[in-house]
Amino acid sequence: MAAAGPSVFLLMVNGQVESAQFPEYDDLYCKYCFVYGQDWAPTAGLEEGISQITSKSQDVRQALVWNFPIDVTFKSTNPYGWPQIVLSVYGPDVFGNDVVRGYGAVHLPFSPGRHKRTIPMFVPESTSKLQKFTSWFMGRRPEYTDPKVVAQGEGREVTRVRSQGFVTLLFNVVTKDMRKLGYDTGPSDTQGVSGPSPPPGRPL
Amino acid sequence: MNPKEEKVKIITEEFDENDEDAGVGSQKKTSKMARQKRKKPLPAAGPEEMVSENPHLGNQPEPLQEDSDTRPLSMTTRRGPRSLPPIPSASRTGFAEFSMRERMREKLQAARSKAESTLLQEIPTPRPRRLQSPGEKELETEFGTEPGEEAQKTQQEDDSQSHSRVKFRDSVRKIKTKPPVPPGFPSAEEAYNFFTFNFDPEPEESEEKPKAKNRDGTTQEEEEGEEEEPPVQGIHKTDEQLLISATEAEAFLWGLDHAAADFVAVRPADYESAHVRLQMEKELLFVPSRLTVPTYKKLPENVQPRYLEDEGLYIGTRPDVPRTCQNIMENRLLTQEPGRRWFGDDGRIVALPNPIKPFPSRPPVLTQEQDFRAELETLYKKAVKYVHRSQHMIGSGDSPGNFQLDIDISGLIFTHHPCFSREHVLAAKLAQLYDQYLARHQRNKAKFLTDKLQALRNAVQTGLNPEKTHKSLDTTQKTINEYKSEIRQTRKLRDAEQEKDRMLLKTIIKVWKEMKSLREFQRFTNTPLKLVLRKEKVDQKADEEAYEAEIQAEISELLEEHMEEHEQKMEAYRAAYQQWKAWKKAQRAKKKKKKQAVEEHPEEEMGEPYPEEDPVKPVPPEPTDRALMEHQVRERAARSRRRPGEPLLVPELSLAGSVTPNEQCPRVEVLRREDVKRRSIYLKVIFNDKEVSRTDSRPLGADFRVHFGQIFNLQIFNWPESLTLQVYETVGHSGTTLLAEVFLPIPETTIVTGRAPIEEVEFSSNQHVTLDHEGVGSGMPFSFEADGSNQLILMTSGKVSNSVAWAIGENGIPLIPPLSQQNIGFRSALKRADAISSIGTSGLTDLKKLAKWAAESKLDPNDPNNAPLMQLISVATSGESYVPDFFRLEQLQQEFNFVSDEELNRSKRFRLLCLRSQEVPEFRNYKQIPAYDREIMEKVFQDYEKRLRDRNVIETKDHIDPHRAMVAKYLQQVRESVINRFLIAKHHFLLSDLIVEEEVPNISILGLSLFKLAEQKRPLRPRRKGRKKVTAQNLSDGDIKVLVNIIRAYDIPVRKPTASKFQQPSRSSRTFSEKHAASPTTHSPTHSADYPLGQVLVRPFVEVSFQRTICHTTTAEGPNPSWNEELELPFRAPNGDYSTSSLQSVKDDVFINIFDEVLYDVLEDDRERGSGIHTRIERHWLGCVKIPFSTIYFQAKIDGTFKIDIPPVLLGYSKERSMIIERGFDSVRSLSEGSYITLFITMEPQLVPGESVREKFDSQEDEKLLQATEKFQAECALKFPHRQCLTTVTDISGKTVFITRYLKPLNPPQELLEACPNNPQATAELVARYVSLIPFLPDTVSFAGICDLWSTSDQFLDLLAGDEEEHAVLLCNYFLSLGKKAWLVMGSAIPEGPTAYVLTREQSHYLIWNPCSGHFYGQFDTFCPLKSVGCLIGPDNIWFNIQRHDSPLRINFDVTKPKLWKSFFSRSLLYPGLSSVQPEELIYQRTDKAAAAELQDRIEKILKEKIMDWRPRHLTRWNRYCTSALRHFLPLLERSRGEDVEDDHRGELLKQLGDYRFSGFPLHMPYSELKPLIEAVYSTGVHNIDVPNVEFALAVYIHPYPKNVLSVWIYVASLIRNR
Repeated sequence: MAAAGPSVFLLMVNGQVESAQFPEYDDLYCKYCFVYGQDWAPTAGLEEGISQITSKSQDVRQALVWNFPIDVTFKSTNPYGWPQIVLSVYGPDVFGNDVVRGYGAVHLPFSPGRHKRTIPMFVPESTSKLQKFTSWFMGRRPEYTDPKVVAQGEGREVTRVRSQGFVTLLFNVVTKDMRKLGYDTGPSDTQGVSGPSPPPGRPL
Repeated sequence: MNPKEEKVKIITEEFDENDEDAGVGSQKKTSKMARQKRKKPLPAAGPEEMVSENPHLGNQPEPLQEDSDTRPLSMTTRRGPRSLPPIPSASRTGFAEFSMRERMREKLQAARSKAESTLLQEIPTPRPRRLQSPGEKELETEFGTEPGEEAQKTQQEDDSQSHSRVKFRDSVRKIKTKPPVPPGFPSAEEAYNFFTFNFDPEPEESEEKPKAKNRDGTTQEEEEGEEEEPPVQGIHKTDEQLLISATEAEAFLWGLDHAAADFVAVRPADYESAHVRLQMEKELLFVPSRLTVPTYKKLPENVQPRYLEDEGLYIGTRPDVPRTCQNIMENRLLTQEPGRRWFGDDGRIVALPNPIKPFPSRPPVLTQEQDFRAELETLYKKAVKYVHRSQHMIGSGDSPGNFQLDIDISGLIFTHHPCFSREHVLAAKLAQLYDQYLARHQRNKAKFLTDKLQALRNAVQTGLNPEKTHKSLDTTQKTINEYKSEIRQTRKLRDAEQEKDRMLLKTIIKVWKEMKSLREFQRFTNTPLKLVLRKEKVDQKADEEAYEAEIQAEISELLEEHMEEHEQKMEAYRAAYQQWKAWKKAQRAKKKKKKQAVEEHPEEEMGEPYPEEDPVKPVPPEPTDRALMEHQVRERAARSRRRPGEPLLVPELSLAGSVTPNEQCPRVEVLRREDVKRRSIYLKVIFNDKEVSRTDSRPLGADFRVHFGQIFNLQIFNWPESLTLQVYETVGHSGTTLLAEVFLPIPETTIVTGRAPIEEVEFSSNQHVTLDHEGVGSGMPFSFEADGSNQLILMTSGKVSNSVAWAIGENGIPLIPPLSQQNIGFRSALKRADAISSIGTSGLTDLKKLAKWAAESKLDPNDPNNAPLMQLISVATSGESYVPDFFRLEQLQQEFNFVSDEELNRSKRFRLLCLRSQEVPEFRNYKQIPAYDREIMEKVFQDYEKRLRDRNVIETKDHIDPHRAMVAKYLQQVRESVINRFLIAKHHFLLSDLIVEEEVPNISILGLSLFKLAEQKRPLRPRRKGRKKVTAQNLSDGDIKVLVNIIRAYDIPVRKPTASKFQQPSRSSRTFSEKHAASPTTHSPTHSADYPLGQVLVRPFVEVSFQRTICHTTTAEGPNPSWNEELELPFRAPNGDYSTSSLQSVKDDVFINIFDEVLYDVLEDDRERGSGIHTRIERHWLGCVKIPFSTIYFQAKIDGTFKIDIPPVLLGYSKERSMIIERGFDSVRSLSEGSYITLFITMEPQLVPGESVREKFDSQEDEKLLQATEKFQAECALKFPHRQCLTTVTDISGKTVFITRYLKPLNPPQELLEACPNNPQATAELVARYVSLIPFLPDTVSFAGICDLWSTSDQFLDLLAGDEEEHAVLLCNYFLSLGKKAWLVMGSAIPEGPTAYVLTREQSHYLIWNPCSGHFYGQFDTFCPLKSVGCLIGPDNIWFNIQRHDSPLRINFDVTKPKLWKSFFSRSLLYPGLSSVQPEELIYQRTDKAAAAELQDRIEKILKEKIMDWRPRHLTRWNRYCTSALRHFLPLLERSRGEDVEDDHRGELLKQLGDYRFSGFPLHMPYSELKPLIEAVYSTGVHNIDVPNVEFALAVYIHPYPKNVLSVWIYVASLIRNR
């Protein structure tokens, strides 16, 4: 089969969870993990990570900078189920309980090159005012049973969320053999490495 | 010099002249020698001065001096140039075409350059100042003025740039030298400035002056410039000189010794002032001017600007750009190299009409920089009423305002009315004809055509004249021919017109005559009409001549025409004739041939080959006869034309006639007139089908005219769709009748009030009116003739004269709906609304028509206002615009199919993807579907396809017994359908599935938790904390482990000494009580020989196998071993699918096998015994405990002591008791016997058990009952939330059924009752055994995730599979039928968890029956697996346990006590007498014995094969003797149900196989399938013995019970021959 060419393609992504904008919160950390389809398998790198706690910068931007590296390689036979990175940000509330500050997900970029993505973060809402109060009081905010559900569409209709902050990610994407398998994702060759592209408007 | 060139040069120099050297270099080319000399020192002086000055500043103790020095310098620099003559601009005056402004600018430049040049001159001064005396310097300044005068002429261009720079440098110097002055005090410089009162000249000042001068003319300018300055100059000069001399001296002094001070220079921080920076920037940057660029600069040379707008082309509105910005841009563009291409023909920057795209090219992105609030802000918009319901408003988004349509109804004339008298009819006709005549006369078409004819004739005449034509003959001929044909056409038209005119005139005269005769006849006159025919005399002769000439011309033309025609015909004739001739010749030749050749075939000749083609001889066309033609022409002329000399008749209709007054009229006529008077008419104005107004009612005049003269102003919102006037007639005071409707056309948008012509719109009605007076009526036949012939039928008709126009608003804007309003002002733009009005409403649907109109009206396709229309048209005309008369969804699907469907279906990859997405079990978790078809093996699909194929085929191979196969199939199908239902349900999510949310605590919990806060801390009493539960979805292989903690076991069977063949068994039989007494003997040391290595009674170890993973504990010793070990077994979900549903359907069991480890000395030689140990380890199976995984999964943990399932016979082992240890427990254990093992099993991490499907099943129960059940359950749950309370269950068809309906006495098989008719206890046990023999199949496995499905007993017996509930229900029903008091116990047991048991009441005590095993326990049996009791269910009531305890040991089962048991039906809710769902009677078929025997043989064969398979590396020998012995023994076991047979059996075996050492055991189980049997045999590990001379024995016995319940016995043994 060697002559027939490759039977899988590889997607190598490294980059970082750069920073976040959470205007109201401070001392946050984030977790990331990947959600991918059945035809995908990680071959190298870390599939999940948890970052350090960062504090707001003291300047006007008030950015929360993690610069937390991501490095993972996938192999796949099928672009269906393209990996998504799922981020969940946590931080202490007024009572010092660790509560979730945002969930968000974005597909890894398709085309090779350097990509910057700003993803909006959101948290599930309490079902009632009373619930909201008690959850605030007890420090047990509503959470997703699994952060990975934010990468799926199924069942999301039963949840109500509130958007809350942004996280900026930087990806450097390298693909291998995609073109050989007939998937042309790259930019037309003249473009090469493009600068930081604006984040795509991602519907929540 | 051309000013343009000059400009360019300025710019280029500006860039390259970075240092003045370069600048000078470039100047050299143009400037004179004298100027060069003067300029040369300049560049050197500038920088040098800067450098030399800096150190000065650094250590200057009093820089005041220096300052005051430099400052005046700058003053002088200014003054010098003023004395210079300004630039002579005379050279430029020649350019007359320059605009005034341009000239002004040049002046300005000149002025500036003047100032600069002086500055330049001043710059070198400081340096000589230091070295020379002030006197010298002064001299120099004076000198400087002189050469400057001449130099200026050529210099000014250069200077204009350097000017600013020099000036800046000057000011920089000022700042640099500024000393640290204490704040608040003026610096020396300021002070000096203040006192000298010399303001820095503003550049504007100089700008203004030349402007003023300009008006005076150029010559005066110079003088004035000179004259202005001198007065000030003198004063300054003196002051300045004084200062300079003083400072200079000092500076010089300091300069001498500052060399030493240099090294420790203390300088102010380097500061680059803004001016310097600006200067630097100025060098680098180009700042375009803001002034307007004259047009000629923007255009190529000698090109006049061209204004497309004036030429009538459409130009869109330019974007609004500020004038200054535009100027800057233009200036910038001009300096760029190819700048001119940016300018259009009109000299303006090329611009798109609207540079803004209508929609953003990329979606708006929310970046954090933006203010979200502003984006998300909601705007309040007042609700707008939707008014565009008409399709006329295509694409117009404008909101309609108030628009006004003025309808002027001036009057109404009836052309026929029922009240018309005969005379009126004629009068109306006459009037009509006269109108027609007038119209024709006005147009005078005949005259026009005659003129045209004349012109054409002339043209032909000139065209024929060869001298005048320059063109080739061909084209001339062509045009002449065209002319001629046109002449022909025109002539015909003219003739027709003339004829019509004549006819009309004749008719008028005829009608008038008729009228006159009528008047005479009826002797009164009704109408004032009077026709006068005026005769106009004509010149007879001229007329005649003209007439004749006309006729002659016509004749000649006709002749010519005919000639041509004739010529053509002749041509045709000739050709035809030739043909005919040729044919004739050929014919003749043929005939000849035939004659020669064949004489005997006359009939052939008859059939000539081409008889039909026999051409007729062509007739030559006749030449035209001139006389005939002339005749024709004359005739026609006579018909249509006025005869020559005949006077011109001009009819004139007047109303001058008098109407006969009423008195002189006959009665009928008077009646008619009165009738007319009674009638009145009014009009309703209907706009868009709504009446908007109506006119006054006006009486009908005698002349049948009604005058209204009313104007209606319609305020409208909508585009008018229809405008109608309804004519109503009122007769007297009676009814009003609608006479007719008049449809008015909607006015064009150009028609506004005041300009609208009065139009007459005709109307008619189909009314039938007959009148009893002179009136002719309407729709009625009448005649003018006396005899009534020549009848006429006239309908009421008339004309409304009106005008409709758009009103004009206050400010002169027409109040027309908006889209047309926009168009005003564009000359060529035709209004869109016009398109509609011109083609009618239907045109909008008929695109072709619209396109045609667009083509005809020559729309400007470039006008954006027409864009949508043009697009529409282009679509319409591009061909494929037909509208199909069918509708199709996804009409583009065809285009997007990249392969055909068959090809797609053939693709294996696609199929695999489809199956996976459908969640077909085989493919649900298929990973990494290969990228290519060729990499997918065909066998991937084999299983699936096989399953599909087998769905309807009953496979008997696996099942042996056809009935069971059918049942299995049925179960499979039920399972599939249930699973499918479940799969669908799985995709419905609840909030709790996705979000973890704390529940709102209620008051009690809140209070409790508050109380807890106050509670004392008790660190020595640790509390168990719940483990965190993990949802199953994010798990993978290896994440889950099953932990089995094996703590201890009791009463393990111990080995028996191997008796020799001849040794008699020590006990023939033993009762339970006897064991106690006999046991000590077994411990006697005499037996030690049997335990060669000094082994103890038994060395048990536990082996746990799960999913073919095997772990075992260490070996313990003795019959009551304690291991206390934890074994870890990995768990793998099927297909790696860790979803809840998948985990629920895991059917694997955890096998806990207890083995005895036996060591045998295998040393051959005793001599070696000293040096080594050779032992062989054998393990003998003692028993097992089987726990299904599903139980572990649902229970989360299993903790307790379990009875070990020990075969009834264990060869070589016996149940011994050590009295010493266990004496104390004997009494407790009196009822139960057997071995026990204490286990703790759990999973790590703990999994959340799946919930049952949230489906509300429908029910046939009474609604009240259902409500009661809910209430009951709620009440129970409130008190004891953990106790099981069951009131309704789901039956197999998915309906909710009240639980007591399941309980009803049912007859057990007769066979069982007959077995021991006298012993009710034995019968009960037998029945329990029968029930336990029905295979167990947990619901959770078959119906994953679905709550329990309860099948009725007959269904259960038919299916032969069920879980605890079914077993318990059946057993309970049997007991009831046996006359016992029996209840269903809902509670929890180990290991099953929530389960159902049966409780019976014997005479004095209660018995608890395990329906699945058939065992029974006393109420106080500690080893009873039932651990808690939730409720009891009888055939007619439910009792919930409300006692404090729920352990059967501690509760009272007396249900009659309401304090202990809460009953469902009580006095408040009486038992309604629910009918049972069970059948009346169970019918049992006897099982076919032969079939059972056959099955038995097959099982034996299969098992033997399996054992051989499991020992692939060893020879497996079967001992026939042993096998037959075992086979005989098995039926005995069945009969005694595994009790009390051991020793007989052993004796028998020993008899036969005395010299064998063997171990073996019978296995007993209900028969369901083959697989469990094989598993059970495998788990015993019999096959694992690898002693070379081992032999095996295997026997199977099946005992059939009624209804295909089979009891299977398998006896396996291994034998090793003793030597």
